[in-house]
Formats: sequence, C-alpha cells, structure tokens
Amino acid sequence: MKKERLSSAPKKPMTKSARDTVTCYGIVIVAYIVISILLNGGHVNSSMKGLLIPICAYIVMALSLNLTVGILGELSLGHAGFMSVGAFSGVVAAMSLKGAIASTPLLLAVSMLIAAGCAAIAGFLVGIPVLRLNGDYLAIVTLAFGEIIKNLINCLYVGHDADGLHFAFLKTSDALGLADGGKVIINGPMGVSGIPKLSTFTAGFILILITLFIILNLVHSRQGRAIMAIRDNRIAAESVGINVTQYKLMAFVTSAALAGASGALYAMNFTTVVSSKFNFFTSIIVLVYVVLGGLGNMWGTIISATLLTLLPELLRKFGDYRMLIYALVLIIVMVVSNNANFKAFFTRLFSKEKSADVPSADADTKGGAANE
Amino acid sequence: MKKFISLALCLALMVGCMAGCGSKGNNTSATSASPAASASATAIKIGGTGPLSGAAAIYGTAAKNGAKIAVDEINAMGESIQFDLKYEDDEHDAEKAVNAYNTLKDWGMQISLGSVTSKPCEATSALTYEDRIFALTPSASSTAVTEGKDNQFQMCFSDPNQGTASAQYISDQKLGTKIAVIYKNDDVYSKGIYDKFASKAKELGLNIVSATTFTDDSQTDFTVQLSEAQKAGADLLFLPMYYQPASLILSQAKSMNYAPKFFGVDGMDGILTMEGFDASLAEGVMLLTPFNADSTDEKTQSFVKKYKELYNETPNQFAADAYDCVYALYSACKIAGITSDMDASSICDKMVATFTDANFKFDGLTGTGVTWDKTGAVSKTPKGMVIKNGAYAGM
Repeated sequence: MKKERLSSAPKKPMTKSARDTVTCYGIVIVAYIVISILLNGGHVNSSMKGLLIPICAYIVMALSLNLTVGILGELSLGHAGFMSVGAFSGVVAAMSLKGAIASTPLLLAVSMLIAAGCAAIAGFLVGIPVLRLNGDYLAIVTLAFGEIIKNLINCLYVGHDADGLHFAFLKTSDALGLADGGKVIINGPMGVSGIPKLSTFTAGFILILITLFIILNLVHSRQGRAIMAIRDNRIAAESVGINVTQYKLMAFVTSAALAGASGALYAMNFTTVVSSKFNFFTSIIVLVYVVLGGLGNMWGTIISATLLTLLPELLRKFGDYRMLIYALVLIIVMVVSNNANFKAFFTRLFSKEKSADVPSADADTKGGAANE
Repeated sequence: MKKFISLALCLALMVGCMAGCGSKGNNTSATSASPAASASATAIKIGGTGPLSGAAAIYGTAAKNGAKIAVDEINAMGESIQFDLKYEDDEHDAEKAVNAYNTLKDWGMQISLGSVTSKPCEATSALTYEDRIFALTPSASSTAVTEGKDNQFQMCFSDPNQGTASAQYISDQKLGTKIAVIYKNDDVYSKGIYDKFASKAKELGLNIVSATTFTDDSQTDFTVQLSEAQKAGADLLFLPMYYQPASLILSQAKSMNYAPKFFGVDGMDGILTMEGFDASLAEGVMLLTPFNADSTDEKTQSFVKKYKELYNETPNQFAADAYDCVYALYSACKIAGITSDMDASSICDKMVATFTDANFKFDGLTGTGVTWDKTGAVSKTPKGMVIKNGAYAGM
C-alpha cells in the first residue's frame, strides 16, 4: 500500500484519500441497499437478521477505535468502557423519556445523542490523565480505566419515577427511595432488564454514515493533519507549535463519543444488558477488527468488523470445534496478511499485470521499495 | 488496482456469506416442511441455548446432557410423541444467546427450552414471547425471565423464592444467631438471592452481622471476607453462590481455623463431586436443593446411573432440571394433543393453557406434584439437606 502511494502520489495528488472516502461510503451504501432488498424479498434468515444491528454497532465501535489507534496512533485497550457508558446512559435516557417522546426514531436519536455526550464526558475525564502518557503506559492505563468503568457501573443503581431520576451507589435498589410506580432502570450488577427494542437496521446504517462522515472529515481537516503529525513524531509536532494534549484529547473524545453512540445502538437491540459484557475481552475483539482491517484504514475496518462478527455464527455447524476454528482462522488471517512473502507474491502478481500495460510501473515499485 | 480487486473479493465474500446463509435458511425451512410430514412425522423440535463453552460451560453442558437423556428415553418408548433436541452455544452472553436462538428458529424449533443461565434467558425470552414459541427454562432463575410474558415458564425456583426460603428455614430451625453472608456482587443469581434473603431476614429478626462481596475477578481469595465474618463472631455463614467459590471458602475457612455452620443454596449442589476437592471439608454443610443425586428413589437412581454411564460424572441439579423440563413438556404435549405438524404459535397457546391448568401436576426428579402458576413460576418445596459422611442426608 505504501509502495503504491509513493509511486502514484507525485502523479495524482489526493487521489488515494479521495478514493478511500468514496470506497468507505460506497461499501456501506451498497451493502445497505443489497441487504434491504434481500430483507424485503424475505431471503435473509432470522439468524442473519438478528446479526444486522450488532454488526452495525461493532462497525461503529471499530471505526471509532481506529480513530484512536490508527489516526492518533495511541493503543487504547479500554474502548469497551466508553461503549458501556453509552449503553447505560442511552438506556436510562430512553427509558425515562419514553413517556415524553412518542416517536421511536426520535427517542432513539435523542438517547444516542445523550449516550454520545456521556461517553464524551467520560472520554474527556479519562483522557486528561491518560493522554499525558505514551506507548505501553497509555495502553495499560486505558485498560485499567476500562475495567474501572465496568466496576463502577456494577455498583450503580438508577431508578426513575414521577419525580425524575434517582441515583444510588454501592447500596441496593431499595436505597433509591422510589415513589409508587417508579421503576429501577440500572440494578447494579444485574444490569438493565426490559429495555425497549428501539434499534433498527436503518438506524445502524445512519449511525455508520455519521461516524464515517465525522471521522473522515476530521482526518482530512487541519486538525486531522495535526493529529497525524503527533502520531508520526510527537516531538517534531510539538516543535512546530502543535498543542499535543489538545489534539490528542480531541481525537480521543471524538472516539469515545462515537463508541458511546454505538453502545446505545447495541443495548437497545437486546432486552437486557450487563456491564460485565463490556469487559477487556470486548475491547480486544474490537481492537482485532481494527488491526485486521488495517490501522487508519476505514473501509478495511468495516469489512473486518462485519466478517469477524459473522464468522462465529457461520461456524455454528461445526459444533464444539467452532471456537477452535475461529481462533485458527484469526491466526491464519493475521499471519498471512502480515507475511512478507505473501505480500511480495501479490505485489509481483499485480506488478506483472501492470508491467504488461505500463512498463514503468515495475521500476516505480522498485524505487518505492528502495525508499522504504 | 490492487485495492479494487481486493475490495471486489471482499464484497463478493460478504454477499456470498449473506446469500449463502439466506438460501441455507430457505432450504432448511423447505426441507423441514416437507419431510416433517412424512419421515419424522412425530418429532417435535425442541431447542435450547446454554453456555457450552467458556467459564459457565459446566451448567450448559449438564443441562444439555440431562435433556438429551430424557429425549432419548422418550423416543425409545416409541409412542406417538417423539422429540428432536438441539442445543446451541450461547457462551453465557445475551448477544450470543440471541444469535443461538435465531439459529434454532431457522432450524424450525417448535418448543423452546429457553436458556440455561439467567441473563441470556432474559434476552431470549423476549424473543420467544415475540415469536410466540412456548419456553420452559430449566435453570434461568431470575424473575425478569418470566415477568410480563405469558408463555415463559421456569423449572427451577426463582431467585427471590430461594432467598426467602433460606431465611425462613434458618429462622424456623434456629440454625444461627449471628449470620454472615458472602455473595457474588456481579452475579444475578447470587445477588438476587442475597437481596431477598436480607429483606426476609430483617422481617424475621435474624441478625446479619456481616455481608461481604466478591466478583468474578476476585473469586480466588476469601481471607478478607472470612476474617471479617470471624471478627463479627458469626456462627452461621450463608453462601448463596455456585459450588466452585464455595469450595474455596470452605478450605480457606478451615485453614483459618474458623468453623461456623455453612448454609448454601441449590448452586452448592455439585460440591461433593468436584474434582480435586476434599469432600471432608464439606462435612456438616447445609443446603437447600431440589435435587439430590444420592436419593434412593428409583427414578433418580436410574437417571444418575445413565448419566454416569454416558458422561462419566455425577449429574448436578442443572442436568436434573433439564431432564424434568423435557418430561414436563412430554406430559403436557400428551395432554394437549400436540403433534409435530402444528406450528409453534398454536403449540404455544395449547401448552400455556395446559401448564396453567390447575389439574396439571408433574412428578419429576426435582419435586413431586409440581405446578405452575400464571406468572410462569414453579411451585415446589426445596429440601433441606446436610452433608454427612460425604453424602447428602435429609435434615
């Protein structure tokens, strides 16, 4: 990929990023249209139908994490924490505003906005200490914050009655002091039960488009270039007057807010949600989507998140060997996609094709290789 | 160029996956429609989800095995009602449970065994309610599973019942004056029992001197909780939890020379057969459980014998509950006259009517004269057991 950019950049500047943008939107829109047609024709079975919304949520999660890992260049291992903040705040918003807002799409949109807002605040608070660190230390601290968020929500009780919201911490739901007709929304470690199913496939699709719009515009803006400058060399970026903490925080908070919105979409697809779902393992799974899709590569992330969410379900027919095969597939894909020989084989394959019609392409590739 | 080719490949793959599954679903529904009438004319499809992999796998596997034995027995009888059983893995996760449930639906499930564990069952019960599929869960004990759903039934006690029953039992039998509780804070089951136990204890005037918690991440060391209970002078330790952490508590209490009475709930069942556990530590432990693998009645003995032969271990209460579930479905199907060519929703209506019928009584391994009320909760009496000489004995 790098080679191609080196060779083509001088000829047609900006082509690559523009093409990537078109590819991103293209994949999502085409996939949505194709699946909608299939859905209308009744060609999709219920297990695929059930997976559509989780896939949308995971795509948004992976895209938002790619902003932190791929664009900002900081390894975050606690991203599920923000998803969890979004999921729970979104559910609380949806369940307490249910009476006030009659329209389902509007209610979903409002709760997603609140979810994104809460996750952004959490991202900001976590970001202040965390983003002063670098590399491994940052990864470890984000991991810790992810677990802290999980455990805090485990101890949180929220109820709703005619007087509004009631909060309690580390007690039981009786401590909420709800009036008659009040309802416990978050019941500590038991999470939330009886969530209204507001999420729809279309809502998921729109959320992916919004996420792409925000991330791609941020990346191509002045701020985005500053963020990438920090990723490439923090000291150099600082020396030209870029406020490192501010830009890091900007990317981190945006990423957290998007993760929050995806959390709300996810939670409102299931009747129940518990905070232990958003553990370290979920963070890692999302990181796997990002790494497999390519750091900084948005359309790759969309495809890898989709395939890796589908894969365990497609492997169900293998019964007990399912997770074994899943692990093997993951390892093989990781090894193969990073294998130098394999890459060289493809480069050769394509450069041969190119050299047939454009003789200079081969020389270009070699030049690119030498530059590396 | 390269990108476009890889992109095209990926898209082709994706569409292939979707289309492949779509057509697969169509095929199965087509095949299940036609040969169901001819070949397996009487096989009613029952499906369930449970954790067959991951940390909670023992529960799901036990339930699956128990149900399998019952289905095989029923099919061997060669009567008009035959069952076809399928279990799907839900990894003790609501999201995966929904996926597993949808897979079963594509398979053509007519009656559901719900999910084995509580949280996943909450998610799947919402779907079985929506799709009008009758569900009888062996062991998902949370009340949220059945709440507001007319076609959801439980084979086990609900969590609140166990908490209140335990408190009542302790108070009636005057088992202790100062009670300490250790419960698992992030577990619905444990927390649910504790909450009800605490409120009932207050009502009965039982004195809880210490209530400490642990979580999934901290269930290897209990010295802090135990020394707090010891310091408070507790003479009875209530342990609403599954048997793995309980076994650690027993051995750590022993090494601390702290010997209160121990009182457990149905999750404690299985402690005697746990690998690497010194059964002498459990001597004198009391527990409320609906099932006792050492029971002398014929039904239990034959079930335990079969289970040991097939799976090489002693069945726990999950296996017994699932076994009873299948038999309860069997007798209800017989009464309601269910045949395999009926669709799920008409089966559901008939089954609900049968289960809530006042005359419908079920005798199984986990209780006799078991009935269900309209909320879906089961009514059976927990048996108080005490471990004596490495075996259960009635209290």
